[in-house]
Amino acid sequence: MKVAVPKEIRPGERRVAATPESTARLIKLGFEVEIEAGAGLGASFGDEDYESVGAVIVKDTRALWQTGDVVLKVQPPEQNLILGVHEADLLHEGATLISFLWPGKNQELVSRLAARKITALAIDQVPRISRAQKMDALSVMANIAGYRAVIEAASFFGRFFTGQMTAAGRVAPAKVLVIGAGVAGLAAIGAARGLGAIVYAFDTRAAVKDQIKSLGAEFIELAVEEEGEGGGGYAREMSEAYVKAEMAMFAAKAKEVDIIITTALIPNKPAPLLITEPMVRSMKKGSVIVDLAAENGGNCACTLPGQVVEKYGVHIIGFNDMPSRLAPTASQLYGSNLTHLLADMGGAKSFHIDLDDEVVRGALVLQNGELMWPPPKKEVPPIPVVQRPSRPNVPIVTTEVNPRKKVAKKAGPGTFIALAVLALALGAFGTIAPAAFLSHLTVFALSCVIGWQIVWNVTPALHTPLMSVTNAISGIIIVGGMLQVSGPLSAPSAVLGAIAILVAAINVAGGFLVTKRMLRMFHR
Amino acid sequence: MPQSLVTLAYITAGILFIFSLGGLSNQSSARRGNTLGIIGMLLAIGATALGPQVSSYGILAGALGVGCIVGAALAARVQMTSMPQLVAILHSFVGAAAVLVGFASYLDVGTHAEGIEARIHEVETFIGVFVGALTFTGSIVAFAKLQGLIGSRPLLLPGRHVFNLVAFGICVYMGVGFVGAEMDAGVTPLLVNTAVASIIGIHIVMAIGGADMPVVVSMLNSYSGWAAAAAGFMLSNDLLIITGALVGSSGAILSYIMCKAMNRSFVSVIFGGFGADEGKAPARASNAPAGKERSIDVADTVSLLREARKVIIVPGYGMAVAQAQSPLYEVVRLLRDAGADVRFAIHPVAGRLPGHMNVLLAEAKVPYDIVLEMEEINPDFPSTDVVIVIGANDIVNPGALDDPASPIYGMPILEVWKAKTCIVMKRSMASGYAGVENPLFFKDNTVMLFGDARKNVEAILADLRSKHTGAAA
Repeated sequence: MKVAVPKEIRPGERRVAATPESTARLIKLGFEVEIEAGAGLGASFGDEDYESVGAVIVKDTRALWQTGDVVLKVQPPEQNLILGVHEADLLHEGATLISFLWPGKNQELVSRLAARKITALAIDQVPRISRAQKMDALSVMANIAGYRAVIEAASFFGRFFTGQMTAAGRVAPAKVLVIGAGVAGLAAIGAARGLGAIVYAFDTRAAVKDQIKSLGAEFIELAVEEEGEGGGGYAREMSEAYVKAEMAMFAAKAKEVDIIITTALIPNKPAPLLITEPMVRSMKKGSVIVDLAAENGGNCACTLPGQVVEKYGVHIIGFNDMPSRLAPTASQLYGSNLTHLLADMGGAKSFHIDLDDEVVRGALVLQNGELMWPPPKKEVPPIPVVQRPSRPNVPIVTTEVNPRKKVAKKAGPGTFIALAVLALALGAFGTIAPAAFLSHLTVFALSCVIGWQIVWNVTPALHTPLMSVTNAISGIIIVGGMLQVSGPLSAPSAVLGAIAILVAAINVAGGFLVTKRMLRMFHR
Repeated sequence: MPQSLVTLAYITAGILFIFSLGGLSNQSSARRGNTLGIIGMLLAIGATALGPQVSSYGILAGALGVGCIVGAALAARVQMTSMPQLVAILHSFVGAAAVLVGFASYLDVGTHAEGIEARIHEVETFIGVFVGALTFTGSIVAFAKLQGLIGSRPLLLPGRHVFNLVAFGICVYMGVGFVGAEMDAGVTPLLVNTAVASIIGIHIVMAIGGADMPVVVSMLNSYSGWAAAAAGFMLSNDLLIITGALVGSSGAILSYIMCKAMNRSFVSVIFGGFGADEGKAPARASNAPAGKERSIDVADTVSLLREARKVIIVPGYGMAVAQAQSPLYEVVRLLRDAGADVRFAIHPVAGRLPGHMNVLLAEAKVPYDIVLEMEEINPDFPSTDVVIVIGANDIVNPGALDDPASPIYGMPILEVWKAKTCIVMKRSMASGYAGVENPLFFKDNTVMLFGDARKNVEAILADLRSKHTGAAA
């Protein structure tokens, strides 16, 4: 079975659908691999590199397309201006094509392929499930785009990213605002942090807050509460009030930051307009905006897709070929995506379309010319949002309150009967007991209540010091000894009193000092 | 100093003691609390010394001086791992003092009371001596057990409940004879009372095993308070009553918390050896977990730790025994420096004393804000990468939650198995104090690191350090 990898013909496209490394893996899977001469040059792979792993280099473009049973590409097929023929028509009937296809907006292309009875898989339609992560070319490209966005910004930005203290003076660090913390946004945050910038990030989905923080950026929160999770890990459109608050925040941040990287996309909608022209005007001269949504209309009002414009002293970068600008890495990872997909489809020996395979079914656009897209709707579980049980802000409160609650719960009818009996007994006792005893009893009862109240407030971490300090103060019994000690020396009570003082003093000194020693060790 | 000033000083001291305990509500005010306690104590002793009832200062100063020196020496020398022993022995001193004060009060020829007042005084004396003697011997036995002078296995005599009841009956009988007896006739019942109460104290604590020690120690803490309060009643001294009541309540609450943390009633801890009541075979989980544990070596542990972003360490008594806390904190410091979120989780009954683990970690200079209580940290386990259980067993036994046949069923535990990986550091596969098999060890995400905890932690530390410097170079 032959796998054909043509040279990309889209102007400026430097990526290639197979690298020598992925070619070697394809050959291991049993495929014969044919590479168009010069296909890898844009990504710095020479023909001899492919040959050395066992691929055949084909010079004739037409022949390559026509002999390929499986054709691997990056860009969707288009009109080949040199040959004067559409690439779709070069495929032999019944062949399989795997590439980015975007079937939603390329209906004409799809019908063209259907007419040739082609089996077509759109790598951009691979579902976002965990098993398919190794074939998720969109994430690969987004990751690269996010990184490259920072690099492009840096090349137009006239200052360091990292702050420095030099002998000649201080250089302040650059401030970067990343809007949208999807794969591209997170990659941009990581790259900007890596260069030493102070990074702020914003996203409508609260679930990404931890990811943003884990990369070392500051998550900007709006006062308005609204969840922007729209299923499948993508964002959705927000309410008017939210957008207003959001825009106010962008306007404020635009004056403060040096670099803005926007990555906001909503599936099947034009990109939301986030950075207005007045905001651009308010930015410092020399600032840079990188608009990664340029292809879908742009997040910035001044973006021109595919170009860099300078307006009000601010460079607005609207490149839509960021991954292609990192062609070797993009090709390596994309080639790996395709290899994983082909391996999943059975390799060369048992190559087939398995309609029960969720990944293949999702990516399948045409099967022998028959339209298979969009796949039947299946409940795709959203990427789980980490749900934390809400906890009170002051954790100590919980430990304090819980035990007391339990105590209160225990008070049943039995307790009341016991209390009543106790009250009666006390009443009976009170009629015969002397007043002095009753006043002591009052002190005793009140002290028990006070003790009960304050000890519940003691944090469990200090229970050992609590024991040693209560130890020390229960040495107060020393007073009892002191009251007895002053008789004649021969009196037994004086001797006993003296011994009592001795042991109680051990307690007092030992208890307080060891508590002091322990408490000195506790530190924040 | 007139009696009225002494009384005022006593009230002030009582209030200072209340603030002292109140100060322990958090770490930042704890030291001030201790200082207030010291001031209160100095005030009380000073006022008493200057009061009208004290005249023989030589004896007083001598006894006081010797006692303070001994106490200070004890406090300065004690190892933090030996805190339970120290606390226990200090309890015994309070008990002994209560007995002595009781006898002295009874023998004091100066007191002349008549009628009902005399009777009440006698009852107070009798009860005070009873509680004091019980506290004294009980604490001595607790000390001996904690110190390892005698085995920590519970000593379960046949018919021990009957034994306790009979002993208690003798005391009550003696008490009836004691109240109203003439001076000389009363001494014998009081001595018998002391002897029998001492035996009860020994017997009760002998029947309690190692891991129930937190309950026993806090119970004895409570008793020492009640003994002081009883002494206050017999001497008509409100300061003793106040202090005794404070200490008594404190110990009672600690006992209650400890019992709750083991899901057992106070009565069953005090009067029943754990899982070994008469007529019952040694308890075992009905569906003993089958399976094979997986072991791991130090190198793999280190690589797990280096990859982890969130780590929780669950220490138990085994860590204290192996003295592993200091190298452990070094490991924690390295991991935290590398950006990982590392915290400690403390179960209320970990160790041999309430709050024991916190003190040990504080000694190893672990900052207290990364040491969390069970309720605070249990919700965090599912989002944790690696949990290290070091020298703990029953407090991480999932059987307590899902196996109604398990003897520890219902005990609140640290839900360590919800983390991605759980590393259990243990000497062998032996079961914990409760004698219950631990299904945690056989879970898919649990790996065992066998060997001495300290040696293993030091090996991990060395490995981390070498890679640390390697990466920096």
